[in-house]
Amino acid sequence: MVADLVRLKFTLLRNSLRRSTGQLIGLILGGLYGLGILGFLVAGLVLLGAADPEVIRSVVVIGGSAAVLGWVVIPVAATGIDMTLDPARFVTFAVPMRQLLTGLTLGGLIGVPGAITLVAALAQAFSWIRFPAAAIAALVCGLLAVVLCVVASRLVTTAISSLAGTRRFRDVSGIVTIIPLVLLGPIIGGITAGFQGSPGFAAVLADMLAWTPLGALWAVPADVALGHQVQALLHFLIGVASIGVCAWLWSVTLGRALVTPAYNAVTKKGAGNLGWFGRLPGTPTGAVAARALTYWMRDPRYSASLLTVPLIAVVLYFAGSQGDGLSAFSFVGPFTAFLLAWSISADIAYDNTAFWLHLSTGVSGQADRAGRAAGLLMFGIPFALVFTVVPLLVSDNLQHLPVMLGLSAGLLLAGTGLSCVVSARYTYNVPLPGESPFKTPPGTNFAMFGIQFVGWLVLLVLALPEIILTVLYFVTGDALFGWLTLAVGILLGGVMLVLGIRIGGRWYDSRGPELLSAVSVNK
Amino acid sequence: MSSQLPQPSEPLPAHQPEAVALSIRGLAKRFGSKIAVNGIDLDVPAGSFYGLVGPNGAGKTTTLSMATGLLRPDFGQTMVHGVDVWKNPLQAKKLLGILPDGVRLFDRLTGEQLVTYAGLLRGMDRDVVTSRVQDLLRALDLAGDAGTLVVDYSAGMTKKIALASALIHAPRLLVLDEPFESVDPVSAANIRDILRSYVNSGGSVIVSSHVMDLVQRICDHVAVIAAGTVLAAGTVDEVRGDGSLEDRFVELVGGRSTAEGLSWLRTS
Repeated sequence: MVADLVRLKFTLLRNSLRRSTGQLIGLILGGLYGLGILGFLVAGLVLLGAADPEVIRSVVVIGGSAAVLGWVVIPVAATGIDMTLDPARFVTFAVPMRQLLTGLTLGGLIGVPGAITLVAALAQAFSWIRFPAAAIAALVCGLLAVVLCVVASRLVTTAISSLAGTRRFRDVSGIVTIIPLVLLGPIIGGITAGFQGSPGFAAVLADMLAWTPLGALWAVPADVALGHQVQALLHFLIGVASIGVCAWLWSVTLGRALVTPAYNAVTKKGAGNLGWFGRLPGTPTGAVAARALTYWMRDPRYSASLLTVPLIAVVLYFAGSQGDGLSAFSFVGPFTAFLLAWSISADIAYDNTAFWLHLSTGVSGQADRAGRAAGLLMFGIPFALVFTVVPLLVSDNLQHLPVMLGLSAGLLLAGTGLSCVVSARYTYNVPLPGESPFKTPPGTNFAMFGIQFVGWLVLLVLALPEIILTVLYFVTGDALFGWLTLAVGILLGGVMLVLGIRIGGRWYDSRGPELLSAVSVNK
Repeated sequence: MSSQLPQPSEPLPAHQPEAVALSIRGLAKRFGSKIAVNGIDLDVPAGSFYGLVGPNGAGKTTTLSMATGLLRPDFGQTMVHGVDVWKNPLQAKKLLGILPDGVRLFDRLTGEQLVTYAGLLRGMDRDVVTSRVQDLLRALDLAGDAGTLVVDYSAGMTKKIALASALIHAPRLLVLDEPFESVDPVSAANIRDILRSYVNSGGSVIVSSHVMDLVQRICDHVAVIAAGTVLAAGTVDEVRGDGSLEDRFVELVGGRSTAEGLSWLRTS
């Protein structure tokens, strides 16, 4: 039975590869990337063998703890990241619990992250090559730590999968957990600062982690090498107990998940609240804009990008807080404008097959394009305005306001125009409606990267007048160029927007059915 | 095959625009090496309740998609009340109300918003849309859930709200792909009543289904499709002859296997 589950996982992997070459390329790229990381890790661990045991200890314990944490946190951030062996699918089969647990654990190791963790954990023994007893302990504890990774990760997945049955939880969790991930930069920055600030910081951190389930197993070889037998035993016991507790909790939640189908509590609501549909003009364009705006609020795939924009501002603030004058932080406005404008470049792919409604109602391409652009610009313009003005205000650079506003306006308007053309012509796989906004869809391949890359280049060309004027402004320091940037940004951007809607609309009108077929492939 | 049945191979007479709600000529579509629809001819008389039946994968959905302007055919022509769907799509789409199967809806809208959206997209006046939305929600027994997001609807409710979206502009021809699938019996009966009164008032309906009983009860015309070709078409009585529609269907399509192999399945 255990073997069956492992074989099932392999078969699923193989069949998913057979479905599309894009996915195969994706796995190969992922595999190469993983091999690269693995190479670095193993080489690093081998080289580490020459260092002092205290140093090895700090590195292994902190790195190992991070690995365990990663296994626990990542499934939360990306619900559905690997639900191929979703316990809910075994509900109808009477698989004995013990075998199900073992099978799912081993199955969790199949794939790029599992393989990397396993090999790196074993390679850790090389670091202790000078201490044979510690090296053996490293092998044993490394394996146990990998088991802990998988079991803890499975526990989390199972626990949230019963919650994840409710749509609201899925919507919120996918977005909220991205916050720590985006802020990872500043956090790592803080930890690095801690390392630089005091030489003993790493050792102290490792000491603390060694007494937690995250780091206990990783600390055992070091204890053996340093001759702390009692500590080694205690750490080992903590580690094994953690595995035991996680496994027990997992079997309990799994047992419950297997008999409790996901239930979605929904409150019934009567008619009467049309939202944006009641406020915007009752025309096709107004309706499309109302729908787009509603989706920016309600669909996590859209609202996630609304959340990442302020986060990026925060990250840039930290990145640019040293030094005075203009920094990356001052360019938050144009950057926001660019991100917002590009965010609707796959709008029809995001509609997925729901796009049939547009097609069957015969809504004109111009109305569709204009509505989507209007929906974006209605909050995009105030957004870009705030994100342009506030950083300049904070960093006391308000004299640069005209040029920055011009650059933001140019990027936002021309970019939106470009997105109107791109989304009517090119589609690529995006997360499906209801999926985690950060899930990489199957078959994400060169099409996506190619379209994005070429699109950004084109946008640079479209905004070239503003960019040149901005450069002139900063080189000459002449305020005139600042005001010129503002004027050109608004006027030229406006023209680009109208052109984008026209051209995109024409493409849309002639290729409607083909667009629907293209987005139906991924459903 | 009885002789009074129109043979699909012999060419049908040229269509008379007003008497025929939907006229399909030589419609064909190929996906890669698989021919999904192999030159279908079909006439849906105006004012008829037309059933399209066939086994899974027979090409029903592909045919209906091509007939309604959602999927570009490789060959062939479709006319809705004399308007060519592929040459004059805007005019044809005004006459058509469709309910596709196996597609998503804009399900982050509430039911009320979705139907309103469908009306406004068609350029209808907001006041007309608002009053029709309320009527439709009441008729389909969705008024109590009008403010709930469609994503939280049950499968049957989702079908009903999609049907409401197809009806909002009072089309002359309704094309419904599997409209009764996963709809509860009470709702199904309500939908049947709505469709029947729609037909009685001069509208035409074409439904695809693989529930023969249902088609035999509610439809006056039927076409049997298998492997992308029309095996039989005509009034229900013409097609079924003396037996039931189901028997006739099995006879035409074939593929019945006897249950003798599963002797161990007998519990006693």
